[in-house]
Amino acid sequence: MSVVDRQEWDVVVIGAGGAGLRAAIEARERGARTAVVCKSLFGKAHTVMAEGGIAAAMGNVNSGDGWQVHFRDTLRGGKFLNQWRMAELHAKEAPDRVWELETWGALFDRTADGRISQRNFGGHEYPRLAHVGDRTGLELIRTLQQKIVALQQQDKAETGEYESRLKVFQECTVTRVLKDGDRVSGVFGYERESGRFLVLEAPSVVVATGGIGKSFKVTSNSWEYTGDGHALALLAGAPLLNMEFVQFHPTGMVWPPSVKGILVTESVRGDGGVLRNSEGKRFMFDYIPDVFKEKYAESEDEGDRWYEDPDHHRRPPELLPRDEVARAINSEVKAGRGSPHGGVFLDVSTRMPAEVIRRRLPSMYHQFKELADVDITAEAMEVGPTCHYVMGGIAVDSDTAAARGVPGLYAAGEVAGGMHGSNRLGGNSLSDLLVFGRRAGRHAAEHAAEQTAGRPAVDDAQVDAAAAEALRPFSAEGPGADPETAAARAPENPYTLHQELQQTMNDLVGIIRREGEMEQALERLSDLRVRAARAGVEGHRQFNPGWHLALDLRNMLLVSECVARAALERTESRGGHTREDHPAMERRWRHVNLLCALADRDPADPAPGQITLTREDTQPIRPDLLALFEKEELVKYLAEEELYE
Amino acid sequence: MSSYEARFKVWRGDVRGGGLAEFTVEVNDGEVVLDIVHRIQATQAPDLAVRWNCKAGKCGSCSAEINGRPRLLCMTRMSVFTQDETITVTPLRAFPVVRDLVTDVGFNYAKAREVPAFVPPPGVAPGDYRMAQRDVDRSQEFRKCIECFLCQDTCHVVRDHEENKPAFAGPRFLMRVAELDMHPLDAAAETGLDRKTTAQDEHGLGYCNITKCCTEVCPEGIRITDNALIPLKERAADRKYDPLVWLGSKIGRRTTDRPR
Repeated sequence: MSVVDRQEWDVVVIGAGGAGLRAAIEARERGARTAVVCKSLFGKAHTVMAEGGIAAAMGNVNSGDGWQVHFRDTLRGGKFLNQWRMAELHAKEAPDRVWELETWGALFDRTADGRISQRNFGGHEYPRLAHVGDRTGLELIRTLQQKIVALQQQDKAETGEYESRLKVFQECTVTRVLKDGDRVSGVFGYERESGRFLVLEAPSVVVATGGIGKSFKVTSNSWEYTGDGHALALLAGAPLLNMEFVQFHPTGMVWPPSVKGILVTESVRGDGGVLRNSEGKRFMFDYIPDVFKEKYAESEDEGDRWYEDPDHHRRPPELLPRDEVARAINSEVKAGRGSPHGGVFLDVSTRMPAEVIRRRLPSMYHQFKELADVDITAEAMEVGPTCHYVMGGIAVDSDTAAARGVPGLYAAGEVAGGMHGSNRLGGNSLSDLLVFGRRAGRHAAEHAAEQTAGRPAVDDAQVDAAAAEALRPFSAEGPGADPETAAARAPENPYTLHQELQQTMNDLVGIIRREGEMEQALERLSDLRVRAARAGVEGHRQFNPGWHLALDLRNMLLVSECVARAALERTESRGGHTREDHPAMERRWRHVNLLCALADRDPADPAPGQITLTREDTQPIRPDLLALFEKEELVKYLAEEELYE
Repeated sequence: MSSYEARFKVWRGDVRGGGLAEFTVEVNDGEVVLDIVHRIQATQAPDLAVRWNCKAGKCGSCSAEINGRPRLLCMTRMSVFTQDETITVTPLRAFPVVRDLVTDVGFNYAKAREVPAFVPPPGVAPGDYRMAQRDVDRSQEFRKCIECFLCQDTCHVVRDHEENKPAFAGPRFLMRVAELDMHPLDAAAETGLDRKTTAQDEHGLGYCNITKCCTEVCPEGIRITDNALIPLKERAADRKYDPLVWLGSKIGRRTTDRPR
């Protein structure tokens, strides 16, 4: 069998974005020898693309803010499907997580009195997002990266080695979580650069791999977002929660085609940008849903005054939660009132002086200038929905971030489910990464320290099986001599399979869903699975992107099936899940979670569905948290019996 | 939409050697060089190695040299070239090649570790940090850095002088020293660490003769030479000349709570 490098660690963190790095820092500070494994170079994770800010109720700009208000906004945004204990912990702990970043060297934009400035964002009642222009994610990743380096410098001073207690394995991909009975025993992966295999033995594994957007054609996500962590958890026996909820960010670039999907930050609207259709109308006023009627302005005049005097006016509907805005744009385009390239117009040029735009939205200015020849200080942008985030994810314990049913497995960040319910508010992701990254790191370290009776052992048979699985694309069968079977045996091009998968998910399980189309999607996924089993690659194992993609396909196919199956099952529309055939939000679905688990199938036959679905009742919301809302609001969401329990 | 066939030469090979491979490949409206490299991968050379990530100029992964000039593949529009031009894409020259367009950029991570981290001010609790915007502006400019390492690649101190690498941190990490030095609350001085003299003595600031090549290739438009390296040189010189003057200016500069 291939060369396998084996090492022993206490905690292995998969992923080096915000959640992974925060988890690693915490685990190391609690004494665990910690390894971080990441697909890209250290410091390049998808978190760098986050633009708008970190939501935390510090109350620096409006002292009326507090965790209770943030909690309420988060539940409203998620249409009350959130795992409420996560939303509570998140709202309470986010300010400390932001302040802590300053002690590690972060430099946020400031208020006039020298505190961290906070900006408005969709669904947030008060200015709440700590930010650095429109490059907040970069500041977050760089600060965490530099904190990791600071810890390594400490370790060097004490032990003589930078990597004695905290090591980053960059450009490595994990393909399997290994187990000893029920328990986690480590991970198997390969180095992208050399193609060599790697086993990291550890009693605790934190999954922090981010999202699944690369299964969709139009997406704001980077190549890394192939649902690796979701698939690793499924394959290790942990269920995924509410995978039907996929967020389509309302404003992605729509032209030129090569940049279609790249994100246009919500800060454009938070800072005063407005959406118009081809008739020049600010159409969002026509799309305020009943549940939000009291909270949003009815006229342009009122909405505009809110920017100056938010205490006495209601906010403009451009700042509704993302699901609402994305659907509205979709409807306008469908009704024939779209922009030339199939989006709508997002305009700041008539709303702010050019120099203010360049100061507050420097990356957006740069991005449109460089990639689309559009000067956003002089003309409107064309924007449309783009697949941005998955609310669904690994089902976790709210307090410990532990995955269900697999002792030693933890999950944090986008890959974990529950926190955001059916729709995430902008800014709540970066704070989620920090709050639950830290919790996952802490509990993973504690779990590792508890293994005094003996660590779980790595099973050689699992290592051999993982190595064989990883090598299979190199031995994809040729067409053979028999013309009868030649077509069925020809190796498949992984790039072609990927493109077909993206088209399928985009067209059939996209922003607006219909029963027949999703059934069709499941059939196509089955066909793609069969063909992916024959995905073949040329060349050798050293930095071979075709091989890497062939291996990532397994994950994308598994996750896509979860999304399609759960979306077919949920016969209502809520947050990031919109059914044309079931357009209403149903109170009877409010308390239903859908869990995806790996079906027990013959591994030699990929055609049958790989996922089984079960329903589960959510835990009733704690009464003191319910009491934060007015009764009149709760009746819009909760079933009668939930209200009086 | 107009499309045409472009001629590309892409360096293929590894540590043992290699050469330029020629491709003729379709180009569509609005595309960038990275789109074309991806099309070559998907249709002609599935194992062509290239690093990339965000494809939006935010992560700094897809650095390479296009017609000999260090650039981000994702931010170089095809429209800057004429249709009959042959476009040559090669790996970063200052770093050892791994395969095709992928280089070993480990030098940069090693240098990053040699710059002592931010030192939090003693006695200031989290949440109590107060800094004026105008005092963080300077360091914020440097924190726009996406670590694409194009400046490290182009800097003539190391570009063709492997022997200078051990003693020279390169523009990116000299800028990191400047960033920390200009951080309004960095308390390194209180621990006996003088960042300015370390720039000179430990990170090789003296090698820099301010030709501004780094500033020219920076995709973020950071004025590395003018705003980081030259001020650092001036301060290092002051510091060597008269420590008391330096101390006085440091104390004066630290009164950041003044009302605006």
